[in-house]
Amino acid sequence: MLHAVLGVHLGDLHLDIDLRIDDGEVVALLGPNGAGKTTALRAIAGLHPLDHGRITLDDTVVDDPGTGTFVPTAERSMGMVFQDHLLFPRQSALDNVAFGLRARGASKAAARHAARAWLDRFDLTDHAGALPRTLSGGQSQRVALARALATEPRLLLLDEPLAALDASTRLRVRTELRRHLATFAGARLLVTHDPLDAIVLADRLVILEAGRVTQTGTPALVTSRPASRYVAELVGINLLGGVADGERGVLLESGTVLTVADPLPGQEVSVAIRPRAIALHRHQPDGSPRNAWRATVADLEADRDRVRVTLAGPVPVTAELTPAAVAELDLAHGTPVWASVKAVDLTTYER
Amino acid sequence: MRGRTPWVVVPLAAVGVAYVALPFAALLQRAPWTSLLDEVRRPVVTDALQLSVTTALAATAFSLVIGIPLAWVLARTSIPGRSSVRALVTLPMVLPPVVGGAALLFAFGRRGLLGGPVYDTTGLLLPFSAWGVVAANTFVAMPFLVLTVESGLRAADTRYEDAAATLGASRWTIFRRVTVPNAAPSIITGALLCWARALGEFGATVTFAGNLQGRTQTMPLAVFLALESDRDAAIALSLVLIAVSLAVLVPLRDRWLAG
Repeated sequence: MLHAVLGVHLGDLHLDIDLRIDDGEVVALLGPNGAGKTTALRAIAGLHPLDHGRITLDDTVVDDPGTGTFVPTAERSMGMVFQDHLLFPRQSALDNVAFGLRARGASKAAARHAARAWLDRFDLTDHAGALPRTLSGGQSQRVALARALATEPRLLLLDEPLAALDASTRLRVRTELRRHLATFAGARLLVTHDPLDAIVLADRLVILEAGRVTQTGTPALVTSRPASRYVAELVGINLLGGVADGERGVLLESGTVLTVADPLPGQEVSVAIRPRAIALHRHQPDGSPRNAWRATVADLEADRDRVRVTLAGPVPVTAELTPAAVAELDLAHGTPVWASVKAVDLTTYER
Repeated sequence: MRGRTPWVVVPLAAVGVAYVALPFAALLQRAPWTSLLDEVRRPVVTDALQLSVTTALAATAFSLVIGIPLAWVLARTSIPGRSSVRALVTLPMVLPPVVGGAALLFAFGRRGLLGGPVYDTTGLLLPFSAWGVVAANTFVAMPFLVLTVESGLRAADTRYEDAAATLGASRWTIFRRVTVPNAAPSIITGALLCWARALGEFGATVTFAGNLQGRTQTMPLAVFLALESDRDAAIALSLVLIAVSLAVLVPLRDRWLAG
């Protein structure tokens, strides 16, 4: 259990948040660049001292400038996965994972033995001797995760764990990461600027804006009832519940079936769709593997250079179009349209 | 940048190349090729070569042991007067080596500031011994290592050290297992430069350690002495030094000189 009351002043940033994470919970700190996410993580890890506040891990106070308490990073029971993984470049995957155990006094043989078990667990058995630069992005991330978990910390911190990956591997690694995070029993805090990562990986979102928390709640709550326009823009992601229908079909409550690109991860699933991935048409789109359905325009809302179009119908979603597209389709309240989305643009995860 | 060559540059560059190449050509032209092997085998040459190589190695080893921590302090801490310390440490690079040798005598000589009390109590004397050569070499060559490693440490990504700290590593473990390995390229380059400088050292050595064959007469000293009496031996010694220097330069070429 982590309870962090963070007060940090760093240049223009004034971080002032109260964060509580229970064991077994995954919390995502979500916000734009410069909001203070990484600073919050570094403060919790002891890499940046607090100006005021208090950090408590289980029953131990690890930082409290009020009483002059400061437990150095190396003595806090925390594992951290860094943005670009920061695997030690001259050490093999095995030695990277063994590093923490050796630093905590294990013999070389014992540390390597334990590290090998971690590599096995993360499907890295064949890469034990590999140097970091020869690993793929996904493998490197698993090594980083194994390295952070090998010391069996009480808290796991992840700083933009998927940011270093290219778009094609990101989807698969995100699913893997979700599975691996589930095996860790302690509290987990991840920092990301990508709402999709946050929604898929976390039980609870904490939205950070200019050093302050503007909303907190489950992904379903935050996406369906964003507290501010800013949050709506940030996490404006459609989230639908459904059940697996065959291998690649998701049956929604309305009876509509959406087809996804990858095999489904379980029975009860959530489907996330970015508003920009939804296309609108005046007529039924030509035969293609796309998902298409009839809908009615329920609301139109101009938002800077985009227009958010809320659709009523069997798939209640919001689409995001350019003003030019809205004009071309001549959209207004009540306009009947066809909506479509490619199977690859559906992100599914187990509920 | 074809088509943009400022033509005046080309003949000047050619003069530059010729200016460096000509002395080497002259040396090769005067070399006693037929008797070269015999010249190289003479005791005056082998003694000097052995002494030069070993003292330069010892000086490099000392420079590594104290130079890396010094470079770390200069690169990573904000102690007061840090820039003055850096200026002091690099002074031997710009100082005439003879002055360095004289200063070493006043510090470590028989009646020196530190050497006097040490001699009085233990009878140990640094000047005019092989250890004196090592001391002079270290004094002159260490700045090359310190400056190279310092810039390497400055360029290194310190987040690796953060990562090691989150894994429970103590400061000393981080220094030993993360900082130093990550700075390895600059340490290797610095050590090679340091060794090359120590190998060629003349002024401080002759002032502080003297010129005794088999004890303190290094290659450069032997060359200088032989020029007066035995030109063939001087040329043979010079060729050996050139060969050794080239052997250092070749591994450096890719990493350092190519930029």
